[in-house]
Amino acid sequence: MIVEIEGLRKVYDGKQRVVAVDGIDLNVRPGELYGLLGPNGAGKTTTISICTTRVLPTAGVVRIAGIDVVKTPALARKRIGVVPQYNTLDRACTVYENIFFHCLYFGFSRVDARERTVKLLEQFHLSERGEAYPSQLSGGLAQRVQIARAIAHRPSVLFLDEPSAGLDPQSRIAMWEAVRNLRQEGITVVLTTHYMEEADELCERVAIIDHGKILVEDTPSALKGSVGAQRVYELDLRTQQGMPQLMSELERRPGIASVETTASGLRIFAEGAEGLLSEVVSLANPYGLRDLTITETSLETVFIRLTGRELRE
Amino acid sequence: MAELAQIHAEAPASTGGSTTTQYLRAFAGLFLRDLHVLRRELFPFVIRVCMNPLLFLFVFTFIMPHMSGGASMNPTAAMAGGNFSTVLLPGLMAVAIMFSGIAAVALPLAQEFGVTREIDDRVMCPLPVAAIALEKMCFSAMQSIIAAAVVFPLAYYIPTTPVVAHVSNWPYLILVLILASLTSGALGLTIGTSVKPQQIGLIFGVVVMPITFLGCVYYPWAALDRIKWLQMGVLVNPIVYMSEGLRSALTPALPHMHPALILGMLVFFLMLLTWLGVRGFLRRVIG
Repeated sequence: MIVEIEGLRKVYDGKQRVVAVDGIDLNVRPGELYGLLGPNGAGKTTTISICTTRVLPTAGVVRIAGIDVVKTPALARKRIGVVPQYNTLDRACTVYENIFFHCLYFGFSRVDARERTVKLLEQFHLSERGEAYPSQLSGGLAQRVQIARAIAHRPSVLFLDEPSAGLDPQSRIAMWEAVRNLRQEGITVVLTTHYMEEADELCERVAIIDHGKILVEDTPSALKGSVGAQRVYELDLRTQQGMPQLMSELERRPGIASVETTASGLRIFAEGAEGLLSEVVSLANPYGLRDLTITETSLETVFIRLTGRELRE
Repeated sequence: MAELAQIHAEAPASTGGSTTTQYLRAFAGLFLRDLHVLRRELFPFVIRVCMNPLLFLFVFTFIMPHMSGGASMNPTAAMAGGNFSTVLLPGLMAVAIMFSGIAAVALPLAQEFGVTREIDDRVMCPLPVAAIALEKMCFSAMQSIIAAAVVFPLAYYIPTTPVVAHVSNWPYLILVLILASLTSGALGLTIGTSVKPQQIGLIFGVVVMPITFLGCVYYPWAALDRIKWLQMGVLVNPIVYMSEGLRSALTPALPHMHPALILGMLVFFLMLLTWLGVRGFLRRVIG
């Protein structure tokens, strides 16, 4: 295992005691694209910050390529590449110099550093922007420079914290492409996200995390399969009266896996049988059906199933 | 595990070597980067360094002596030895050294902690975080030495009354210069890490101005003997030892503190401020 996390805890003591990470165990295989999916404040960034030696854990062990990040952070950093949520490019240096000096920090000779920089600029389609300063770059370009710089010293693991936060859809797709291409270099990628599309599209394995705990971990398809349904119907009802009766009526129908209550009505997990929709509508109508939304099962559904909440609250 | 071995094998030979080499190379890389950026901003750097001593010397040692009735307005008239220019030479060098420490460390750090968070990138370098703070200090010390070297010809040639400078002990001068420069870097680090980024502007009024004016820059420490409480009070100000140190090394004819006391206090302040600065830096970057 290239990333090993055991019993990780982080408690911020202060006026308000916050348990940011509450006992996380996690293993990432070499070459894997691994995603931590969860809402804001779930503890994803804290976990990544501990892995990248930026935050000290309250308890637990993190090893990157066998190196303990708490005991020997300076050594561990050689194996780690980081792209944080915010832009940390060196504003006083050009794009070229950002990568070039990064290589020097990691012990490259000037010749090697120059060669590596030129190659990376090419690989990330940045050659024409080499002389630009970070302040002149769009969000998407700056993100690409950050990724190029983060892998310049050939780390074993690249950590991306919310890589698509603040990117337009086009830049996001370009970023996904760049991340997928990293696999050819044999780099393991660990990313955090609160976009379920991103986790679904990009990651081979996903851990869903909430309140500092891992709720479940598997491949995206296995996670979606675990819901036992292909569609989710959300019913918006005018009154809450008679809801238990409606629930039991619905649950008896073939093709309906389960039903649960929400703030404004009911949520039905369906297996996608023919004609189910009209049956649901006719059954719910007497109870004051106001609106109905249908969604395909996604990682969002998995999260809702596990927590009863939506991902983006 | 096979893939892991492959990654190891792919790493270039230059990234191998012992831990010490790794740290030294990272340190050198950081220093080179700072040097590169400074070279590009050389003109603003020189302006920043020259302006204060240039104006000060011009007004007090050139305009005033030339004014009608200037002698009576001239604060130098009654000064020990009657030569204000000679008093100013080491004093202004000390101010240049101290200003560089603030401008090279405290201001950029405040900005990086507050707005840009660029420092997070430097923190990911493969060397202990404290060494990153020490690099900032060393680089600032280098700037301080350049600043002092720039001020010297200004303070020597501008005044109307000739400056009586005489270096009898070069190693002592160099030692004082290096200690003073490192101390000012440590002071910059302490200020930059202990002040809230939004309040860094206040620092000039609250810290820089008082330590300059009460730093025996414009008068020798011995001349304070009629105001005992002040003479004792200013001893907690590190700038005092910078200006007195340079005074004893460059213009030994003027009254100055004992060199052993100066060196001892410079070392003491260097250690104290480095400790405070590095501690503050660690607290700021590691959560």
